[in-house]
Amino acid sequence: MKLTDNKKFPLEASLVDRYRENPEGVFKSSHQKVNKSRETGLERFNNIGLPTTKLEQWRSTNLSKNYNTDYTIGATKPDFDKEINEIFNCTIHGFNTDVYALLNGWYYSPDNKRLEVLDDGIIIGSMIKAQEEYPELFDEYYDEIAQNNDHGLKAINSALYTDGLFLYVPDNVQSERTIQLVKMVNLESNIMVNTRNLIILGKNSKLSFLHCDDSINQHTGFLNTNTEIFIGENASLSLYKLQNINNQTSLINSTTFQQKSNSNLNVILLSFNGGKLRNEFHIDLMGEFANADISAMYLMDNEQHVDNQVKVMHSAPNCTSSELFKGVLDDKASAVFNGYIYVARDSQKTAAFQKNANILMTPDATIDTMPFLEIYADDVKCSHGATVGQIDSEALFYLMQRGIPEKDAKLLLIYAFITEVTSKIDILPLRISIDDMVKKRLRGDLYICDKCVLHCSKPEMPVEFVLDMSKI
Amino acid sequence: MLLNIKDLHVSIDGKEILKGLNLGVNNGEVHAIMGPNGTGKSTLASAITGREGFDIDSGEIIYKGQNINELSPDERANEGIFLSFQYPVEIPGVSITNFMRTALNARREYKGEEHISAGEFLKKMEEKKKLVDIQAKLTKRSVNEGFSGGEKKKNEIFQMAMLEPTLAILDETDSGLDIDALKVVANGINTLKSQDNAFVIITHYQRLLEYIVPDFVHVMYDGRIVKSGGKGLAVELEERGYDWIKEHA
Repeated sequence: MKLTDNKKFPLEASLVDRYRENPEGVFKSSHQKVNKSRETGLERFNNIGLPTTKLEQWRSTNLSKNYNTDYTIGATKPDFDKEINEIFNCTIHGFNTDVYALLNGWYYSPDNKRLEVLDDGIIIGSMIKAQEEYPELFDEYYDEIAQNNDHGLKAINSALYTDGLFLYVPDNVQSERTIQLVKMVNLESNIMVNTRNLIILGKNSKLSFLHCDDSINQHTGFLNTNTEIFIGENASLSLYKLQNINNQTSLINSTTFQQKSNSNLNVILLSFNGGKLRNEFHIDLMGEFANADISAMYLMDNEQHVDNQVKVMHSAPNCTSSELFKGVLDDKASAVFNGYIYVARDSQKTAAFQKNANILMTPDATIDTMPFLEIYADDVKCSHGATVGQIDSEALFYLMQRGIPEKDAKLLLIYAFITEVTSKIDILPLRISIDDMVKKRLRGDLYICDKCVLHCSKPEMPVEFVLDMSKI
Repeated sequence: MLLNIKDLHVSIDGKEILKGLNLGVNNGEVHAIMGPNGTGKSTLASAITGREGFDIDSGEIIYKGQNINELSPDERANEGIFLSFQYPVEIPGVSITNFMRTALNARREYKGEEHISAGEFLKKMEEKKKLVDIQAKLTKRSVNEGFSGGEKKKNEIFQMAMLEPTLAILDETDSGLDIDALKVVANGINTLKSQDNAFVIITHYQRLLEYIVPDFVHVMYDGRIVKSGGKGLAVELEERGYDWIKEHA
């Protein structure tokens, strides 16, 4: 019997076929661990298939439309005949980033410099190239925490990824730079992209990382990303994730973190746009005194859908974690928040907090919120809470009594509601840009720009807002 | 007459609260509305400012010669009606500066005028801040967020000074204020008072009226004004309490 015979969805068969074709030899390398992981991933996928709403963790996120779409899978390597700044231009005033890009799932390197060692010792570049050049480093970390068995999309990702970003910050490198990864999709047909990233922070190191998911055109995309992040002892990572993709595109973003003792993780997730967005965070606090803060904002309208799955494992004592997820849902938009905190038996003195707050603008908008705590230690401080509501009529009246029309007053209150998340961005120019984006989004002016939406902070393209909240 | 309320009946969730209230206010006047709790004083403020859920069953609110029953709260505000809230709302993430600029520009748009320039706005802010002894750092903070009771009320008076209303209604502005804050609030009101505007001060106690001298004092009971008089009435109420008023009802 052919492996593809019993497939429920056309996409399942296409994915397996694609692996067998092995275009450009990308699914076979000299790296044994990677090869084995690809084989295991495929085998696992053959057993479990694509995740459907029959699975508890997927019951509110239905991807069957994606599963029945005819995608070009892991398209052939695009021509890298242009500099990054020709196809992508991101300008944030007073804020310089080192930009690295993935185009259609391939590491973008016009000058064929696929892996670089920066002056402070940071190694950055293509995953595929890193396998060849740093096999030992790769061996030590790759696929160690990926949780590939969680569901079929993760399993198939480990088999089918074309490339991704490899980033290594050596011990004691306290980098002041902000690394920016831009993932772009641009193809004249429907495309499924599988990417895999590996980020390692050595002990006592520090990094800011800005991760943008953008689509350049309006074709249907299915983006499946799996990222492993290791944060060493006493290391600190600030991770900003920006999602602004078209309404035809689904994005599955799985990130697993491992934190050693005294490490610090600060994630800010900003979901502006997208047909279907699913963010999975799996954080293992495995060393004492580690801290993880995750804050997220989602602004969804039309029939957009966002699904945030957060799992924080307090595996060691004296760790702290906090989750703050705030969203506004308009029209027929829907959202899921599934927050799971696990406190192991010996993880005394754990402090774990979780909050999910939602504003539903219409009766048709929905939120499915599921906070969940599982605690086996007895000396812990944990709390969780979820709220679902409309705009506070008391506050609305207060603003209108000052002469502000209802529509603007509502925008102002939504803006105020979201501020609790955006104010956590500690890079000021980035925070101002994000603020601009929020205002544009609320006014309905945020489009998928031909390049990047962060454009909007360019002085020649001033952000106009009905409520003039610019600095004076 | 600036404000002329005629036989006003207002209900909330089908329950009648105002039961035929009459009140006339001219420019240049200060009116105090007193009365026991639950007699409809705050409902009157809500009805004049157009708050949702306060249904006018019958009667009229005539402001500047126009029946305003159909105007939305923001339209009434932009026509010059201001309410100092008993419980000012916290708005995190929006500084008082930006809030006031937004409000002033909304007013100007309503009147078909140009937006206020940054320079003009700043000048106005500085001027009005002095009036209520509001500290510079307070205006940079989010509206009412983490403010003390006194700061919230001062902030209401500051907003009133910025918006320069024709008709200002102060709903229990004196409640929860210590004597110093009370003086600041009273001083703000006295400074803003002119021949072109009018104040309606809703209060439970006579205390504020020691600092602001009303032209008229009205006593509300069971949804109606049952007694009106000069400033002496407030003193009498303070001495005798409200019980004797019920006999007039």
